[in-house]
Amino acid sequence: MPTRIRLTPEGHMVPSEDPFTWVADDEDLVQGDLILSLTRFQAEGDRLLSEGRAVGVRVKSDEEVEALAYDLPRIAVVELEFPKFRDGRPYSSARVLRERLGYKGEVRAVGDVLREQAHFMVRSGFDGFEPADGSSAQQWEAVTRRFRHVYQRAADARVPAFEEREG
Amino acid sequence: MYRYDAIDSAFVHDRAAEFREQVNRRLAGEITEDQFKPIRLLNGLYLQLHAYMLRIAVPYGTLNARKLRKLAWIANTYDKGYGHFTTRTNLQLHWIKLADAPDILEHLAEVELHSMQTSGNTIRNVTADPYAGATADELDDPRVWAEAIRQWSTLHPEFSFLPRKFKIAVTAAAKDRAATKVYDIGLAMRRGRGGELGFEVMVGGGLGRTPYLGATIRQFLPTRHLLSYLEAILRVYNRHGRRDNIWKARIKVLVASLGAEEFARQVEAEWEKADHGHTDLPDLELARIRADFTPAFETLSAASEALETAKASDREFARFLRHNVHPHKVPGYAIVDVSLKTPGQTPGDISSEQMDVVADLAERFSLDEVRVNYQQNLLLPHVKLDDVPTVYAALNAAGLATANMDLISDIIACPGLDYCALANARAIPIAQHIATRFADPDRAELVGELKIKISGCINACGHHHVGHIGILGVDKKGEEFYQLTLGGSGEEDAALGQMLGPALPADKVADAVEQMVEVYLRERQGGERFLDTFRRTGVAPFKEAVYADAH
Repeated sequence: MPTRIRLTPEGHMVPSEDPFTWVADDEDLVQGDLILSLTRFQAEGDRLLSEGRAVGVRVKSDEEVEALAYDLPRIAVVELEFPKFRDGRPYSSARVLRERLGYKGEVRAVGDVLREQAHFMVRSGFDGFEPADGSSAQQWEAVTRRFRHVYQRAADARVPAFEEREG
Repeated sequence: MYRYDAIDSAFVHDRAAEFREQVNRRLAGEITEDQFKPIRLLNGLYLQLHAYMLRIAVPYGTLNARKLRKLAWIANTYDKGYGHFTTRTNLQLHWIKLADAPDILEHLAEVELHSMQTSGNTIRNVTADPYAGATADELDDPRVWAEAIRQWSTLHPEFSFLPRKFKIAVTAAAKDRAATKVYDIGLAMRRGRGGELGFEVMVGGGLGRTPYLGATIRQFLPTRHLLSYLEAILRVYNRHGRRDNIWKARIKVLVASLGAEEFARQVEAEWEKADHGHTDLPDLELARIRADFTPAFETLSAASEALETAKASDREFARFLRHNVHPHKVPGYAIVDVSLKTPGQTPGDISSEQMDVVADLAERFSLDEVRVNYQQNLLLPHVKLDDVPTVYAALNAAGLATANMDLISDIIACPGLDYCALANARAIPIAQHIATRFADPDRAELVGELKIKISGCINACGHHHVGHIGILGVDKKGEEFYQLTLGGSGEEDAALGQMLGPALPADKVADAVEQMVEVYLRERQGGERFLDTFRRTGVAPFKEAVYADAH
């Protein structure tokens, strides 16, 4: 099972184990809680949820999270996939999930996920991480604490400079 | 000019500390060059042909004496005693050691400078009209908005991994001195019907391999919504711009493939859904930024006896006045150009000693302000007319007073194959060769306004597409050749140049320019500039003159 990191509501990064199993489209379903592709979720999600399982969805960077709008209350985790760290589309997806669709569950970064991205990810609304560079929870937390100030409002609770200045 | 508060200052110091940690990990071998590359590129550190190059941001081209002196000191201490101003108003140091880079960032932070987002697929250093705050033809000081954009775009959580680099330029004047039509986003301030201020928003301009002029996607955006609207444009681009092919990844390709109208519709739809108050700056913050852009001018007479006397007695000073001194919005002041284009020099290069000279002049005579323009020159924006003769003498003594602004020897050139790993051909020697040909100031003046722009490769850092004469270096079986284009302009009459004919070898380029100048002098009518004559006659007479030998 890959190393996973969660962001706590207090802003700390902690190692986490979760019960979900990723099942690729060409694999057979297994017991327990599952994460499926968007297409497979759309085909089989209703049935699996009715069995009382927790289900998560993995959204590729070229898929739009708006497709999940009506399902979000039932989805335990949305994984946003970074095929390459340079692919910045999941940042937009995360903000849309949080700020426009009001999603409260876990938004997890998977794929080419590197600790140098931690600041951008947390600010865009990610709170779960599956690092590909072997980095630890402490290292992730250190990256998110490098900057004492930020300049814009995003999907996190940080107060932007222009608001700090108002006092 | 804008002064950092404790927040801005903490930010650049935090950035320097972050980079020190990252460089230490690299030097200790904990990360590979492949892993380090994207990190250093977020701080403007490139690996070039001979050494590391550090590109330092000069936000909207504005410097003061303290900053310029620090840049001079850094160039002396960590480089070879000179720097290179680029067409994006950045300063490049071409001979940097990796181990020194964290110290340099720390020194920059001390004077409110940084190298953030001068490379990488991010929102790059924002540029603005270099005459901001000094010209009578502006509706507002565009730097207020440029500074708002600088802060908003800095380490933007959503837009730090765009499909490709992204450049924004702002002007508030009718005359476009910021090349806004060849930017990813060009913002030109307009006055609305009710008298309120807003921006015309142009998107998808750009040079490079496939040049485009920007398309207007909104005629009038109320200024207070600038940031939320930019966020909508960037989100559409971030989500839909191509990522499969680096040559098709700029926003211009997205705008061209969707069509400007459809792209505008998508932006508007995105913007409709957005919570504008979440992103737009409150009035109080805009007022705070604006307060830093209000220099204290004196009440002066509109004419200067000292200047007139000097003009009458010194022919070269009179020439300098004709070409390098421009009207100011406040009576008794002038805008004074500092030429980094002495024929024979590398366009845009400046020594540390020269930086110190300009810094001293700015402090004593220009309300402590210096500007960088995209033509790779500097200017002193607020010089009293009475002081112009003194400023001229000091610039002249430092080799900075060549009276050639917008003339044939005021050539834009990228660093080219002398420095750059991407280049196919050298640009600097071509510029030097042409400028030297036209070093006689009387001859240059007779030719008048003629903008030559040279790029060493298709990436077009030297803006060749929008040169009156554009010169593009290409590689033909290992030999440097140059393709000439005519009739381009990067200003309010923007146009892309038209190909002249087959590429020429390096030693024929200056001859060809000379032949074309002869055609122009023969054909021109009345007060026509080279560009006007070309637009009237078309390419034929120029082509005929240059390729006559080949027939």
